Amino acid sequence: MRLTCPLCGDRDSREFSYLGSATLSDRPADDAPFDAWHEYVHLRDNPAGPNAELWHHVSGCSAWLHVVRDTRNHQVLSIRLAEEGA
Amino acid sequence: MRYSGWQVIAKGLRGQRGWQPAWRDPAPKLAYQVIIIGAGGHGLATAYYLAKNHGITDVAVLERGWLGGGNVGRNTTIVRANYHLDGNTEFYSHSLKLWEGLEQELNYNVMMSQRGIINLAHSDGQMDFYARRGNAMRMQGDDAELLDRDRVRRAYPGLNHDNPRFPILGGLRQRRAGTARHDAVAWGFARGADRRGVDLVQNCEVTGFRIERGRVTGVETTRGFIGAGKVGMAVAGRTSQVAQMAGLRLPIESHVLQAFVTEGLKPVLPGVVTFGMGHFYISQSDKGGLVYGGDLDFYNSYAARGNLPMIEHVHEAGMALMPMLGRARMLRHWGGIMDMSMDGSPIIDRTPIDGLYLNGGWCYGGFKATPASGWCFAHLIATDRPSPHAMRLRLDRFETGHVLDEEGTGAQPNKH
Repeated sequence: MRLTCPLCGDRDSREFSYLGSATLSDRPADDAPFDAWHEYVHLRDNPAGPNAELWHHVSGCSAWLHVVRDTRNHQVLSIRLAEEGA
Repeated sequence: MRYSGWQVIAKGLRGQRGWQPAWRDPAPKLAYQVIIIGAGGHGLATAYYLAKNHGITDVAVLERGWLGGGNVGRNTTIVRANYHLDGNTEFYSHSLKLWEGLEQELNYNVMMSQRGIINLAHSDGQMDFYARRGNAMRMQGDDAELLDRDRVRRAYPGLNHDNPRFPILGGLRQRRAGTARHDAVAWGFARGADRRGVDLVQNCEVTGFRIERGRVTGVETTRGFIGAGKVGMAVAGRTSQVAQMAGLRLPIESHVLQAFVTEGLKPVLPGVVTFGMGHFYISQSDKGGLVYGGDLDFYNSYAARGNLPMIEHVHEAGMALMPMLGRARMLRHWGGIMDMSMDGSPIIDRTPIDGLYLNGGWCYGGFKATPASGWCFAHLIATDRPSPHAMRLRLDRFETGHVLDEEGTGAQPNKH
C-alpha cells in the first residue's frame, strides 16, 4: 500500500503510522457527558468499506493526514492534511 | 458411528469403504429455540455445549461460507493458559482443562499435543514480571516454571541466546500448553453437535435481524427468514458488521494478522517459543513445518491476505531469535481478520437487545479459548447469567472502567 502525502508525494505505507478512526480528532469537551467520552474512547464504526482515518507521516514531514481508505482492498479514496478540518 | 482404532483397521482392510459423513447437511427449519451465527470453532463449540450441558438441542448454526472456513482454519494452533489478570486466568484455565479431555469428550482426534510453551525474557524487569505472572498462573491452579538462562539454553539450543540487543536471560514455561490440529477441533465439535440433533446450515448468510419491542425474534438470511427465541453471534472478525445489523456499535476494530509456515524440517523446536521483544512466536508442526507469526498490519483491514512489509518485519524478528530460519524455505503465508477489542480481551455477554448475545473481540487469541468460549457462551444463552468462568468478559466493562488490559496498552487496538 502507498499513500500520497500532500506535502511529500507518493510514499510507501511503512513511512506512516496509523492512529485509528478520524473520529479521534473530534475530541469531546472536558465537561462533556460521560457517554460522549465512552463513545469517543472505545466505540468504533469499524466499516468494511470506506473508512475515514488518521495517519501520521512519522518518517516524512511529520504531518497528520486525514485519509479515506477502503478497508477491503486498501484503495485510497481521498487524502488531505488533518489540520485542514472537515 | 463411534470412531476407534478398531474401526480404522476394519475399514482399512475393506478398502476404506463404509465411512459415514461426519455430520448431516440439513435445510433450515422455519424456527429454532436457539440460532448461533457462525460455524467456526466458537459457534460449533457453543452449539455442542448447549446440547451437552443444557439439554437444548433445537439449535441451528448458520454459516455464510463453509464450516470451519474462518479463523479456526487460519490460526497458529497454540493452546495455553498463561495469563495474569483475574478475569482472564480463570477463563483460560478452564479452557486448558477442557482441551486436556477434548479428544475423549468428542471421540475425535484433535491431535492435542502438550509440548509446552516458553515466553523468553531479556531483561531483569521481564524476569520479575514473569515471576509475577507465573505466580498468578499457579494461584489459579495451573502450572508455571521460571527458567534461568541455562535451562532455556538446554531446552532450545537452536535459538540465538547471545543476541547483543536481546540476550536470552530466562523464560516462563508452561508444560501443559501446546498445540492442537485446528481444523479437527471445528470438525470434532461439529460432529458432536450434529449427533445431539443440532442443525449445521452452511451457505446461509445472515442479512438482518428481526427485532420486535426490543426483543429478537429471528434472523433474515439468504435462505429466508428463520425464527428464533434466542440468537448468539460468534463471528469474530466480522462482529462489527453483524452487530451493526442489530443497531449496535461495539468497542472493536478489525485488523489483519498474518501467519507463515515453512517446508517440513527435522525436529528443531520441541515446543512453542514466544519472543515478546520482537513480537514473534514459533512452533513446529507434526509434519515438521515451522509455524510462526508476528504483528498485526497495524491498520484496520478486512483484506484477508498477507502483504510484503509485514512479511519482512516478521522475518527480521524471526532471524534475530533463530538465525537458522534463514535456511528454511517459506511455503505459505496467509492472513485472518481479528476482532481487536479496546482492551485486548474478549467479550462474552448479553447485548442491550433481549435474546441477542455477543461472543467476540478475541484479538490474537481465539483458538486456545475455543472450548471454554463455547462452554461459557452456551451457559449465558441457556441461563441468561454469565458462566462463573467468564464473569468479567463483559460488554459494559469499557463504560464501567473494569477493563481487562492484559497488555497494558489501553484503548489502542493497533498497539496490542
